[in-house]
Amino acid sequence: MKRIVSLWLNGRPREDAVADNLLLIDYLRESRGLTGTKRGCDGGECGACTVLIDNEPRLACLTLAACCDGGRIETIEALAMGGRLSPLQRAFHEKLGTQCGYCTPGMIMAAEALLRRNPAPGEAEIRAALSGNLCRCTGYVKIIESVQAAASES
Amino acid sequence: MSDPIPRSPVTARVAGRRQPLLDGIEKVTGRARFTADLPAANALTGAILTSPMAHAEIARIDTSRARALPGVRAVITGADCDVPFGILPIARNEYPLARDRVRYWGEAVAAVAADDAKTARAALALIEVEYRQLPVYTTAAEARAEGAVLLHRDKPGNIEREVSNSFGDVEAGFAAADLVREQSCHYSEVAHAQMEPDCTLADFDPESGRLTLQSVTQVPYYVHLTVAECLKMDPASIRVVKPFVGGGFGHRTETLPFEIIAALLARAAAGTVKLQLTRAQTFTIHRARPETDIRLKIGMKRSGEITAVDAEVVQRGGAIAGYGIITILYAGALMHALYRLPAARYRGYRVYTNTPPCGPMRGHGGVDMRHAFDGLLDAMAAELGLDAFAVRRANLITPPYRTINDLQINSYGLPACLDWVEQASGWRARKGKLPRGRGLGLGCSHFISGAAKPVHWTGEPHATVNLRLDFDGSITLLTGAADIGQGSSTLLAQIAAEALGLGLSRFRVVTADSAITPKDNGSYSSRVSLMVGNAALAAAEELRRLLVAGAARKLEVRPEEVECLGESYRVIGAERIVSYNDAVRAALETTGPITTRGTYTVPRELQGGKYRGAGVGPSPAYSYAAQVVEVAVDEETGEIKVEKIWVAHDCGFAINPLAVEGQVQGAVWFAMGQGLSEETEFRNGMPMRANLLDYRVPTIAESPPIEVKIVEARDPSGPYGAKEASEGAVGGFGPALASAVAEAIGIRVQALPLSPDRVLEAIHARRRNERLKAALKDAS
Repeated sequence: MKRIVSLWLNGRPREDAVADNLLLIDYLRESRGLTGTKRGCDGGECGACTVLIDNEPRLACLTLAACCDGGRIETIEALAMGGRLSPLQRAFHEKLGTQCGYCTPGMIMAAEALLRRNPAPGEAEIRAALSGNLCRCTGYVKIIESVQAAASES
Repeated sequence: MSDPIPRSPVTARVAGRRQPLLDGIEKVTGRARFTADLPAANALTGAILTSPMAHAEIARIDTSRARALPGVRAVITGADCDVPFGILPIARNEYPLARDRVRYWGEAVAAVAADDAKTARAALALIEVEYRQLPVYTTAAEARAEGAVLLHRDKPGNIEREVSNSFGDVEAGFAAADLVREQSCHYSEVAHAQMEPDCTLADFDPESGRLTLQSVTQVPYYVHLTVAECLKMDPASIRVVKPFVGGGFGHRTETLPFEIIAALLARAAAGTVKLQLTRAQTFTIHRARPETDIRLKIGMKRSGEITAVDAEVVQRGGAIAGYGIITILYAGALMHALYRLPAARYRGYRVYTNTPPCGPMRGHGGVDMRHAFDGLLDAMAAELGLDAFAVRRANLITPPYRTINDLQINSYGLPACLDWVEQASGWRARKGKLPRGRGLGLGCSHFISGAAKPVHWTGEPHATVNLRLDFDGSITLLTGAADIGQGSSTLLAQIAAEALGLGLSRFRVVTADSAITPKDNGSYSSRVSLMVGNAALAAAEELRRLLVAGAARKLEVRPEEVECLGESYRVIGAERIVSYNDAVRAALETTGPITTRGTYTVPRELQGGKYRGAGVGPSPAYSYAAQVVEVAVDEETGEIKVEKIWVAHDCGFAINPLAVEGQVQGAVWFAMGQGLSEETEFRNGMPMRANLLDYRVPTIAESPPIEVKIVEARDPSGPYGAKEASEGAVGGFGPALASAVAEAIGIRVQALPLSPDRVLEAIHARRRNERLKAALKDAS
């Protein structure tokens, strides 16, 4: 079965016919070509596919596209406005919060959700907010520094 | 150590600067395309049928129903490739698809290419396979037992390789010791768990007969060679491209079966095939650190000086050869070159078992031995009343030094590493005085900066880099070196820019495309910084020579009279100058666009000795690291919290200090996973933890602050003195953790990981002992 879903994707309105069982990650990557959202596991293990739905961090691999009707979906591709890096993107780049880069989009989106609801988080709040996002390269030290740097900038 | 860095007299200072990654912007914007992200609208979906048994003969495979399914474009089985492959020319016993027999659960048995994922899945379900079960061996002991079925016919006792060597007079060493102790340790198998699951995009054009492969590899050149062999194709008809790669840590340092399967499917389907593995399948490809048992004996003087070592290592290697011989050799070879060892005997056994194939993993071969060795050092030091630092300082090396197994050490920053972690951690004031349940531990480690002998010996230089200069004055660095997140592209550009005195804005780096870039052995054995770095330096120096010559013609002087200032070239001692752009025009005038070539070859004297297995261990330079780990242990739950890590790493010279810090933090954290929680588990050969929840990787919530000190003991072999920065600190974490936990709970656990169940068991054993002692005391 397919149904028509109306949603905002990265600030633009869309209306798409989606299958009932289509995962949001496949809608984003396969239907919309937004490959910034990564698949790192077989479902809900790693956080690499974290996107924002109405400002909340959500795992696109555990979300049905059909459930996003009326929602505001934001992916990593939405953050750089006018081609300029967002504060979090700039901090992750300059502070080496990214190494291989595979967890990075999900990590940045989870951090973005945190900073929207808490612009000046403490270290413990940063750790709590990113605890569902695995990174295998950095040991997380520079990820925390990146989020702190972005928070202090805004 | 205090020699000035040989630099050109230029204005820019690029090497030694904290440099964000050149490809960082792509990564933070989501524009970076990993293999699964590549545009492939027309690609067929590949899928693999894996074995549901860990050891069985394949009695029959019938693919006729799958082939008949509409939308299925190709079905292949073991019959489609009869060429065995393996990273080592002397140990090739893997097939991309099992032939006649499966040896581990999850081994590929058949594969399909279909119009979409649903059809591919349906096709797999239609393939009929009849198995005749064989006994399953999931421990080295079972596989070595009398009468065990042989996994590979030519390997009696299921021993893939037995290593036996002895250097110096071991018996005399033990006789001269004041204290001799022996202990045994057990190490669970761990996995790389790199964030990007495995994926290959293969495109075969039947008109030209050409194959293009894009894959998640650390070794595009080896993939190229192996695919050509397995498909019986001319390598000239194959192009291998490495897109962005989401980590490797050793998972991707050899050609993997799915890469060959993707190529076979693309050819069979005469089109493009995207073969994306699940996380569970990625775990089953494995190639990581084996389950290991170590028995170690050390002889020691009262002063702490080591007099002799005797070690036996047994590794459960998994079902096929892969890098196994190298791993069992490293476990012995890397006992050396950290401390001065006057005599050492080593026996190693690499055993075939019905578990996924093991391979190299960050700190290849040396990590478990480091835990056993430093742990026993600490225990013996305590018996002798020596501090952990004192026992290590009693065994330091003075370079230049040749170890008894012929490893040449020309730089050695370990003393400075020890000094810093001792001071930074407040060791002297705090060790032994912490409240109950807390502890501090020290561990030291080292690693090679590239294996002096590549696995495919061709006689060619170890590394080649091209620099291309054209009319616009921009320079393109062409390298086959695979940047997998460690920042090698940035590092190579920094080296070339430094030599030419230019800013990085003039540089582009093109990597790992066999149609464009010179071949490179790949990103493993921490070889890129030193080996490819030296090649980049040589290519840049050659380009500078050509630019100086061009500037000299323009200035009408001899080249010896011209110095390079980066953005300008000047007559030495005079105010006559030409701009960089004019020097470029003058240099191109006679030749047109320029491509220079730089190479690096490991000098003979750094290639090691001549005994059997001597090729494993030698390197142009060794990195060194020391770390102090502080823990808090909950005696009720057995849970360990790592409070903080202080780590000093001697990388020779930090070409990019920002990246060195990131690598060192990543290295000790990576080891923390093995130390605390990571381990695989099999039931009758079936993996029980092939996902990122049951295979428990530390999250950000439980990861400690890691303070890094960069120590720079410049090595004469390194570019600007640089050595590796990514593996040296791995090995020291395990013993530092073990000693910290021993202080916290009053008993040493001879195993990794120190998972809560193991820690609790140790605490309970200690309490039983205490009760027993108290009871005996009361009774007497």
